[in-house]
Amino acid sequence: MTAVEDPAAPETPVEPAAAKEVGQARRRKEDARLITGETQWTDNIVLPGMLHMAMLRSPVAHGRITHLDVSAAKERPGVVAVYTGADLAEEQGSLPCAWPVTPDMVNPGHPSIAVEQVNHVGEAVAIVVARSRTAAADALEAIDVDYEPLPVVLDMEQAVQDGSPLVHDSTSSNTSYHFVFDAGDAGTGADTEQAFTDAEVVVSRRFVQQRLIPAFMEPRSVVVQPSRDNYTMWSATQIPHILRVMAAMVTGIPEHKLRVIAPDVGGGFGGKLQVNPEEILALLVARRLGKPIKWTETRGESLMTAHHGRDQVQFIDVAADRDGTVRGLRVRLLADMGAYLRLITPGVPALGAFMFPGIYKFPAYRFECDGVFTNKVPTDAYRGAGRPEATFAVERIMDELAVELGMDPLELRRKNWINADEFPFTTVAGLQYDSGDYAQATDQALELLGYDELRAEQQRRRETNDPVQLGIGFSTFTEMCGLAPSRVLGSLAFGAGGWEQASIRMLPTGKVEVVTGSTPHGQGHETAWSQIVADQLGVPFEDVEVLHGDTAISSRGLDTYGSRSLVVGGTAVVKAAEKVVLKARKIAAHLLEASEDDLEFAGGKFAVRGTPGASIGIQEVALAIFAAHDYPEGIEPSIDAEATFDPENFSFPHGTHICAMEIDTETGFAKIRKYACVDDVGTIVNPLIVEGQVHGGLAQGIAQAMYEEAIYDAEGNLTTGSFVDYLVPAASDLPHFDTGNTVHEATSNPLGAKGVGEAGCIASTPAVVNAAIDAVRHLGVTELRMPLTPERVWRAIHHGGDGGDRAAAVSNAQGVTSSGAADASTGGAQ
Amino acid sequence: MTQINVRVDGASYSDDVEPRTLLVHYLREQLGKVGTVVGCDTSNCGACTVHLDGQAVKSCSVFAVQADGSQVTTIEGIAGDGVGGALHPVQRAFHEMHGLQCGFCTPGMIMASIDLLKENPDPTETEVREGIEGNLCRCTGYQNIVKAVRHAAAEMRGQAPGDPEASPAVVDTAAAEHVVAQS
Repeated sequence: MTAVEDPAAPETPVEPAAAKEVGQARRRKEDARLITGETQWTDNIVLPGMLHMAMLRSPVAHGRITHLDVSAAKERPGVVAVYTGADLAEEQGSLPCAWPVTPDMVNPGHPSIAVEQVNHVGEAVAIVVARSRTAAADALEAIDVDYEPLPVVLDMEQAVQDGSPLVHDSTSSNTSYHFVFDAGDAGTGADTEQAFTDAEVVVSRRFVQQRLIPAFMEPRSVVVQPSRDNYTMWSATQIPHILRVMAAMVTGIPEHKLRVIAPDVGGGFGGKLQVNPEEILALLVARRLGKPIKWTETRGESLMTAHHGRDQVQFIDVAADRDGTVRGLRVRLLADMGAYLRLITPGVPALGAFMFPGIYKFPAYRFECDGVFTNKVPTDAYRGAGRPEATFAVERIMDELAVELGMDPLELRRKNWINADEFPFTTVAGLQYDSGDYAQATDQALELLGYDELRAEQQRRRETNDPVQLGIGFSTFTEMCGLAPSRVLGSLAFGAGGWEQASIRMLPTGKVEVVTGSTPHGQGHETAWSQIVADQLGVPFEDVEVLHGDTAISSRGLDTYGSRSLVVGGTAVVKAAEKVVLKARKIAAHLLEASEDDLEFAGGKFAVRGTPGASIGIQEVALAIFAAHDYPEGIEPSIDAEATFDPENFSFPHGTHICAMEIDTETGFAKIRKYACVDDVGTIVNPLIVEGQVHGGLAQGIAQAMYEEAIYDAEGNLTTGSFVDYLVPAASDLPHFDTGNTVHEATSNPLGAKGVGEAGCIASTPAVVNAAIDAVRHLGVTELRMPLTPERVWRAIHHGGDGGDRAAAVSNAQGVTSSGAADASTGGAQ
Repeated sequence: MTQINVRVDGASYSDDVEPRTLLVHYLREQLGKVGTVVGCDTSNCGACTVHLDGQAVKSCSVFAVQADGSQVTTIEGIAGDGVGGALHPVQRAFHEMHGLQCGFCTPGMIMASIDLLKENPDPTETEVREGIEGNLCRCTGYQNIVKAVRHAAAEMRGQAPGDPEASPAVVDTAAAEHVVAQS
């Protein structure tokens, strides 16, 4: 345990309670309301006099608003008010971007509602406020608007060319920033250039990280209730605390007059790590009208206007010797920002910059990235945020290097990865990896997969020219989790810190209220935090209640993203519990008429050493101090405590993922035959939750490899604007996963936890693509574009190349998965 | 406006609805049955699945007027009567097998699964995957949902739900938590 920062702390450390809850597969406390439909989603909230807000959205990707007449809409039944961007121009401010990755980054600002010009399809140009949701939607049709079209800029490689039309008139180019990380001599790149000069082999590739949509299941929704100059906002958000700060700054509503509540939130995956235009507009409209306002998006609005993820073109070069020893790594990225810089848009590729070297001992490394404006919805955080993109590139090119050298891809990895006895290891990107054992995880994963038999089968299929070929792909990865440390985030120019806060209140009846600044949306905090506190205080799991997601209850926090909840937020809970025990100890000593130093605390009881029978439970102490009849001087009559935790380092989960992929060479149809992975996420508080997080991450990572892509047509319309076209995989599209764990505790927090939310998503994408290419490499295929649609795979096999660009992808992809087709089995009456 | 008479979760309702009103909006906005949720506008996600005269339907693809004279069962009507009523075996299995995370798709998923088990009381893993492919989940990767459905199937057939993959050291809190949540 780390030392408790309490001036009143005694010399003797707190003895930890005997662990019994941590490590158990506790069924979740959260489930009771979720399986019975008693959940409080934002859209379930109904307030007296509540009005509904709907947005008229631009059908034009780039244009000037030349005519906007809302008078007819104002006359429609049920309509209370209609606002244009011009009406709100004075008060709407600019939506925040909290991550200026370079001092000279160009940020043209982002209005919540367009005033003169639209820069992507879906941008709001008018707001209708009406008595019902349908009346608001109907009235949108009565708005008359004309646009003068401007040239549409969609392709980031073209956008950075001289002479390209500009997305924003106010900028001199479509490049927002140029970010460089160089491990060499003061940023000259000399070391890296020398490494490439000296190397015997250089392999270069261009990879495309297609644009993805987080596609959380609960559409975004916001309700604002004004009460004189106070405002309560419910929002389907991952970040109630950050949202409160940002909304206060944008609208001028004083922070202490604004309460933000994230009730039950249905998924996020980074997609709800945002300050949404609609949240700001709901506040502005509620302020003007003095009435409660609700906005809930349709799925079409969600796919079109909530931020997207990934969307990078990656140029990566690796230098090596003939024996397989890697010498250097060079990465150049174009990252599509979309039309605006949102909350952490520019930071996503910059965060990824530190992960390109992966688990390998590259001696030299240089990274450059251009953030590029296009006429598309902005990109921002999506599960893994920067790290999946980096992991994909390095894990793909290691396979290509292995082929170039005639080596087994796993042998090449073993030769270059950090060995277990080399931790802690400072990477060429400056990160200190603290613990792990890549070989152990890999050996276990090979066994889980049944590697030798599958390799033999692959050989048989090749020899017999089987139309269905088999491939095996690896991904041996690590990621940086537990976002914090605040000073490191500061050095990366991130606008906020990374600490987390928790408080614990022991109630008179001995029950325990835990308040966390971390804000779950499916991760099971109520259960896991209860397990931690039960162990720390020696109280029953059932006696702990975890509160979160309301700035009036949880006053300080930095919310949930980047697999930081347990690592940072869970540790804050541990530290608060340590303080609770320290306070209770003083009172227990008084009640037992013993010296504090003579007390030992275990299993929820303070006992006097050497005096059998002299003991008192911490829950009894809570009642005694509530009565406060008899307590020592200088002690407050409570055993409450709060703590903040800011770790000294990131945590580094790692793992080995192996995919066995069948490819029908006659149809191009790709199917995962088997998927095995072993992840090391440090201490496992709840194995059930950890396994569930891995499964969900795998589904999303596999979806990037095989199914999902946000596609715009030449005019900038999102053609994958519904779940008919944007193919979130269904149960029948995904395989059974064989998962396992190794445990090497993190050294950066007393729990030893590393974080698990993003592991599956980061690791699986390259494993799947490596497997697909391995299946058909002997047919001349060296690259496959994601997603691996049948036509794309078929083209690559029969016509070479990577299977072609996105133009044909929609029609191809529709054949891939049943989730996209209107489904009759449960679709019911028409 | 058209008048409809429906029984929803055992109670009778007589209401005026617009002809265009979808069943899901009638349930949520007029009856306050907010356990059924809206996840998409194309009938792809299945979050709004309810039972109409005993059969699973996506309530966004049914007009409220089409439910006239019918029985509708929602997630709020499948547990036993009364506060803290006994959970349906499928509800219990989703909890037992960790078949949910954020829980937004869960009511629809449970309703679809109950219907699936009525047609096929002993589905294979593949049959479950195909049987629920009209319901999307973004959190779980489906594996534990499949496990839950098969677990419930065994229990509903009267067999001990022996699942070789069930995690050891199981500590259940479902029943107690359910009572607490409703009391």
